[in-house]
Amino acid sequence: MEHTTKEALKNDLYGTRGGFHADEKGYYGVFGGAFIPEMLYPNVAELREKYLDIMYEDTFQKEFHQLLKDYVGRPSPLYFAKRLSEKHGAKVYLKREDLNHTGAHKVNNTIGQILMAKRLGKSRIIAETGAGQHGVATATVCALMGMECIVYMGEIDVARQAPNVARMKMLGAEVRPALSGSRTLKDATNEAIRDWINNPVNTHYIIGSAIGPHPYPDMVTRFQSVISEEIKWQLKEKEGRENPDYVVACIGGGSNAAGTYHHFLDNKDVGIIAVEAAGKGIDSGESAATSALGKMGIIHGCKTLLMQTQDGQITEPYSISAGLDYPGVGPMHAHLYTSGRAEFYSATDDEAMTAGLELSQLEGIIPAIETGHAFAIFQHKQFKPEDIVVIGLSGRGDKDLQTYIDYFKLA
Amino acid sequence: MNRITQKMQEDKKLLSIYFTAGYPNRHDTVEIIQTLEANGVDMIEIGLPFSDPLADGPTIQESSTSALKNGMTTAVLFEQLKDIRKTVTVPLIVMGYFNPMLQYGVEAFCQECHAIGIDGIIMPDLPLDVYQDEYEAIFKKYGLLNIFLITPQTSDERIRQIDAASEGFIYMVSSASVTGSKSGFGQEQEDYFKRIASLDLENPQIVGFGIKDAESFGQATQFAKGAIIGSAFIKHLTANGVAGIHHFIRNVRPL
Repeated sequence: MEHTTKEALKNDLYGTRGGFHADEKGYYGVFGGAFIPEMLYPNVAELREKYLDIMYEDTFQKEFHQLLKDYVGRPSPLYFAKRLSEKHGAKVYLKREDLNHTGAHKVNNTIGQILMAKRLGKSRIIAETGAGQHGVATATVCALMGMECIVYMGEIDVARQAPNVARMKMLGAEVRPALSGSRTLKDATNEAIRDWINNPVNTHYIIGSAIGPHPYPDMVTRFQSVISEEIKWQLKEKEGRENPDYVVACIGGGSNAAGTYHHFLDNKDVGIIAVEAAGKGIDSGESAATSALGKMGIIHGCKTLLMQTQDGQITEPYSISAGLDYPGVGPMHAHLYTSGRAEFYSATDDEAMTAGLELSQLEGIIPAIETGHAFAIFQHKQFKPEDIVVIGLSGRGDKDLQTYIDYFKLA
Repeated sequence: MNRITQKMQEDKKLLSIYFTAGYPNRHDTVEIIQTLEANGVDMIEIGLPFSDPLADGPTIQESSTSALKNGMTTAVLFEQLKDIRKTVTVPLIVMGYFNPMLQYGVEAFCQECHAIGIDGIIMPDLPLDVYQDEYEAIFKKYGLLNIFLITPQTSDERIRQIDAASEGFIYMVSSASVTGSKSGFGQEQEDYFKRIASLDLENPQIVGFGIKDAESFGQATQFAKGAIIGSAFIKHLTANGVAGIHHFIRNVRPL
């Protein structure tokens, strides 16, 4: 693994490596920033002023990497998917974030942020969750560190992700259903932000995606960038080269994608592919394909692409996967899309479910439905046989078994 | 002189009322404004409803959701208000979230407000630095005062910064909370009110959040120029309709 100095690590995203990273005010091109009410200003300003210094302290790095290794089980394998490769005519590698403790990539970020919260002297943790993966990952690290944990989750998601609700409770977290709006991820995020306004002193808000006011998108991306950092040396071992031809990830808010792309963004030889959730189809009125349907606006404290009415009201998204059921996308991804750096696709519920079943039966891996969207890329794009394609296998499908069973009538 | 600035010079404690435009019914907006003025309210904040009001508690969230269901939009509000200055003289402020303003077009929005006779704007999620970098010139061109918030957590240094950037008044959030979540003030608020008063700021302060009746109005205005009531007014409106406005205002400020 390449060893980089602390200063280089802190500075590398501020311009020295190109235009796809946050600048000092948290902008990715025209997207990002911190559009927050004054009530949140002290908290967000404190985090902004301290996050890089804390994150790149030697003791922090040591503790973070030790926990990723011993507790999370990193590095996660980079697995050559032979049968999938044969079927689709490309060399397909899977980055196995599904094998992490708690079953998804989310824990990379929550480990980082809980260590951050401790150093900021906070004793109470709040989080939002859609599919429940981030909620579980937050409840887990709160148990680990003995901190109070409150997770906001849309009432609809509480119902459709029951196993994860049970896990959070077992881990000692309080799950508060968000009853407003569409009662999904957007509303859970609103409620978490309101909680933070009401509890500005002792509470740290662990945002689970690459969204929110600066510095969240950048901080979450940095914690998740362990994914692409590992891909580089793992691919070097297997293929004798660090860079694949393509990296593919599903995108809701975009934390798994941000982490999967991170170390490849400045290398134009690596194709960046994003797959959003089209729900029942982009033109169906029931979709979460933000790049196709969104316009620039402000959501949850950042300027980005979001689905909204002409009047600027945020519209209700839809996807079969609770984790992608979000009307916005992280500002970095909005920039990757509008700048043309990344290719954006969207997969319908049907395409994602079919891809999930295919992965299960070709490779013996049941993916989360969110992740199934990334695998639906093969229904949209034909790769060349010699292409090395790395797909972010962001989460496992245990939580989605009931949805799979109902959909494929397996019972 | 801007009506807000003028109002601040009056020798009395000011009562300001917030309501959500388009609630309880889409066409109540003008009647609510006229009734408030007729009952001696000094300043009115017209809430432009937003789907995701982050700084608001359940009361204003629900009134916003209802207003949107009633078909309220930025364009509808401007249409309703176009003749408001024929009947109303108190300062009028549009309060909302930044995204609807951004989608309408910041300049077009300001131009429309100016044409109507709006005096100020409160956009809690349009932060000071973004305002100064990108929008201050536009607000000024149309004679609109941008009102900033401070909270008990705002540092003295930042309060001074906000004071320097403000005109009209500073919106002083009484406690660390979203709207409508606390009522009544304790020692903590009194200490905060005193701290702000001791800073001897350029701009007068109007206290908001947590004011619901004569008692809390009195406490809030002991050290400040005035106070704003939002959630408590909306609750009363929900229960008693426009006809009950007179009663509500008399309870806060008896004749």
